[in-house]
Amino acid sequence: MSIRHALLALLSEGPKYGLQLRQEFEARTGEVWPLNVGQVYTTLQRLERDGLVASDDGEGEGPKKGYRITSSGGRELTDWLRTPPDTMAPPRDELVIKVLVALRVPGVDVHELLQVHRRHLVEVMQRYTRLKAEGPEDDVGLALVADAELYRLEGVVRWLDAAGARLRKHVAPEVAQPAPVRSRTRKAEVTR
Amino acid sequence: MTPLLALRAVSKVYGTGVAEVTALRDIDLDVDAGELVAIMGPSGSGKSSLLTIAGSLEEPTTGEVWVDGTLLSDMARNDRARMRRRSIGYVFQDFNLLPGLTAAENVSLPLELDGVSAKAARAAGVGALTELGLGDRAASFPDELSGGERQRVAIARAVVGERRLLLADEPTGALDSVNGEAVMRLLRTACKRGVAGVIVTHDAQLASWADRVVFLRDGRIVDQTVAPAGPESLLASRPAQ
Repeated sequence: MSIRHALLALLSEGPKYGLQLRQEFEARTGEVWPLNVGQVYTTLQRLERDGLVASDDGEGEGPKKGYRITSSGGRELTDWLRTPPDTMAPPRDELVIKVLVALRVPGVDVHELLQVHRRHLVEVMQRYTRLKAEGPEDDVGLALVADAELYRLEGVVRWLDAAGARLRKHVAPEVAQPAPVRSRTRKAEVTR
Repeated sequence: MTPLLALRAVSKVYGTGVAEVTALRDIDLDVDAGELVAIMGPSGSGKSSLLTIAGSLEEPTTGEVWVDGTLLSDMARNDRARMRRRSIGYVFQDFNLLPGLTAAENVSLPLELDGVSAKAARAAGVGALTELGLGDRAASFPDELSGGERQRVAIARAVVGERRLLLADEPTGALDSVNGEAVMRLLRTACKRGVAGVIVTHDAQLASWADRVVFLRDGRIVDQTVAPAGPESLLASRPAQ
């Protein structure tokens, strides 16, 4: 989460004090990402240095100092909103690596391993769903955050299901044919 | 506390000889009043068989099914049919509403079949619809309702009267995410009022509405979730409510 851009977004609504920025940031992100006071003020200083926000003159530092967004700050914000997040990085998902490694480890039942992770993921999903179910229905920020996690976790569960189906089709039940010693050592290093 | 639904060593085999298929193997499952349990598994894992056997729409090949402290196989056929009408509510993916009846008539039909007077049944039907936010749609026919509204009518029909056990097969399958979530909120609320609920699904999001998720593979229960910690465990900095 970029605090820098979240602060620009809050200032795009109009000038605000430092303390107000911190409170509104927390309110809008469902209080899931708490900020400390220091983070808000150091980020504001950097934004001012870069010409993206401007502060009131002569009011001193701290909670009472007022800030407003500049025109280049506005451009920075709209550019950021439209920039795709970094989803192109090569997959280094720890769970994927674990399953790949498990295929090479003698005596490991891969389907049982998939189920261990499936259960864990569903338990975490139950907690997010409960957050939505028991939270106030008008807390849109909280519901959006919970939904984002639920869809992400659901994707991982679906990957586990697909992995299970693929392994049933392509790998004999005995699985884990002992791999050559050298390659096994290399896999072991990957896990560390 | 006696569980409202108890399955003991339930197995189900379809066909014989080379065509023999085992759908369920040695299933033990307890569901308490007030509890919502999700049975999660891929296609062909036996989920739907488990649900129809729990709802006495089908009999197990071996094993026992207890509903509200009564062993189903000990009951006379008529008694079992009455219990099915009175105590068990079903919600299906495709709603299964009768097209020639209004929403209120669809909901009150099981009560009327059970001998409740038409007037009292209709009042109960409209009451159940009103609770689900559909009071003004009571006189509408199913084809005049949206998918979300039809499923709410089906839920009203499943909870009307003194139902103790609510069984749902992919109840949000045909709905978008907003209507699907609304349906799950209603099922969860119905269970909190003391009904025992079982939903079967392959969908992890849907299953995550349950108090407990039971995983079914090849007709066997292979695992289940432990009671989840409260949502506050996700928000270390959020003060406990």
